[in-house]
Amino acid sequence: MNGAGPVLSGLAALVYALILAPIVVVVMLAFSADSFILFPPSGYSLRWFQALAAHAPLLSALGLSMQTACVVTLLSLAIGVPAALALAKGEFPGKDALTGFFLAPLLLPTLITGLALLLFFTPLRLTATLPGLVLGHMTVTVPFVIRMMTTALSNLPHDIEAAAATLGATPWRVVRRVTLPLATPGLIACACLSFLLSFDETVISLFISGPRAATLPVEMVRYVEGRTDPLIAALSVVLIVATLIVVVAVERLVGVARAVGK
Amino acid sequence: MTGSRRLPLLLLPAGLFVLAIYAWPTLLLLRNAFNEVGPTGAMVEAWSLKTATDTFADGFTLELTLNSLQLSLSATAIALALSYPLSLFLFRTDSRFRGLLAVIAILPMLISGVVRVFGWLAILGDRGLVNTMLQSLGLISAPIKLVFNWTGVTIGLAESIMPYMVLALLAGFGQLDRTLEEASRSLGASPVRTFWRVTLPLSLPAIVLAAGLGFVLSMSAYITPKLLGGGRVFVLATEIFEQATTNTNWPVAAVLAIYTLGLLLFLLVLSNLLARSLRR
Repeated sequence: MNGAGPVLSGLAALVYALILAPIVVVVMLAFSADSFILFPPSGYSLRWFQALAAHAPLLSALGLSMQTACVVTLLSLAIGVPAALALAKGEFPGKDALTGFFLAPLLLPTLITGLALLLFFTPLRLTATLPGLVLGHMTVTVPFVIRMMTTALSNLPHDIEAAAATLGATPWRVVRRVTLPLATPGLIACACLSFLLSFDETVISLFISGPRAATLPVEMVRYVEGRTDPLIAALSVVLIVATLIVVVAVERLVGVARAVGK
Repeated sequence: MTGSRRLPLLLLPAGLFVLAIYAWPTLLLLRNAFNEVGPTGAMVEAWSLKTATDTFADGFTLELTLNSLQLSLSATAIALALSYPLSLFLFRTDSRFRGLLAVIAILPMLISGVVRVFGWLAILGDRGLVNTMLQSLGLISAPIKLVFNWTGVTIGLAESIMPYMVLALLAGFGQLDRTLEEASRSLGASPVRTFWRVTLPLSLPAIVLAAGLGFVLSMSAYITPKLLGGGRVFVLATEIFEQATTNTNWPVAAVLAIYTLGLLLFLLVLSNLLARSLRR
């Protein structure tokens, strides 16, 4: 029995059509000429892209999201990669328990984390601020970076590091000159996915961003709750294209299924 | 590696972060569940179970729980029925596009939830794809309500949990021994019989784990019930958010959050135990 067989392939094709349907529909709707959601559109135009370019709240939210995601990515790598290095290369008592401790935030739904952060941030006046959003998103990205980089660093060939050490390189020199260069594709992929995780983070942001500082997903949720016109579709197309570029980059570097799965 | 005794020091920044921004707020959440709400609606510091007993005495909490359970059950069932053939296809196919096909299968996971919800609004809305098609075929005269109710939320939720279930199923299929299927076929069993008697029973542990994951994700989903429900769908997740933000009733939000977490934990342990007993 080789391959998938015609019945299974047919079923899979149907499921693929369902998975892709919302995405295809959003893309077509973005070029609609109508003033409301009508599918299929009665005509096509670029008016919603023009409207998007003039929509100040969404543009400033986009700016805040980009800013947040950049800072989140840098900080998460800065504290996550060293931790991953210790977990992947070190031999010390309690390592498994520590790994569990670092990955614990991934187990709780963001609904619970978001609520906990709201209670913590409000007395500290950190809600609706850039530092608050950054710290909030990092509860998702730091464990993610640690998980992904621990796996990536554990899978590196040990003999090159051993050779460098035998030839007299100090441990930190081995890390700087051998381990990290070897792990570069994984690092870049990890940075891309952290950026995406922060950029798309919705639930935590909804809890902690007030009317003053709304990230893009929060502003989109508010827009969709209030009105239904194709403006969000035009924005979605921009986001889908950007996401696809990141996904292709990650796929080339390490493989998406491996990066998000384990 | 020499000097590896200093290596654990690298854990310090991340460790402090998790303690301060994750562990401490979570404890604060627990603490808030014991506070009370005064008659003016202001929060009163206390160590009492009054908020908890009041919340559980309220019939609405039971209704929310049943709503959440029923919604999660239907969404998981639909998602499982769709992701099982998809995963089996990805597991078996020898297409050279297998990598690309796997990426497309988990693509929704990487695209913003708000974007996908918007897509469903355009497909299921009054003037969306489905209603336009059915009307032009003359099957219905007036648009049928597919969004801003339970139907829309169930469909959207099923789609959003599918990628996670596909990954869980693919991981589980790794233990599927192809030689057993080949043996069954060479001994004269039809493909259908081989599927029912060999493939399905062997993949049962993977199914249970994937279903458990999908159920837990559905129970804690907020965006889909909120946006596709249009304010008419009430589940535990939407109530927690409303209590925390609109009503600023933190003690009740904390009680409901811990209650939901308890339910999730119970369900996860249950599905893991079931999967383990099936594997034997």
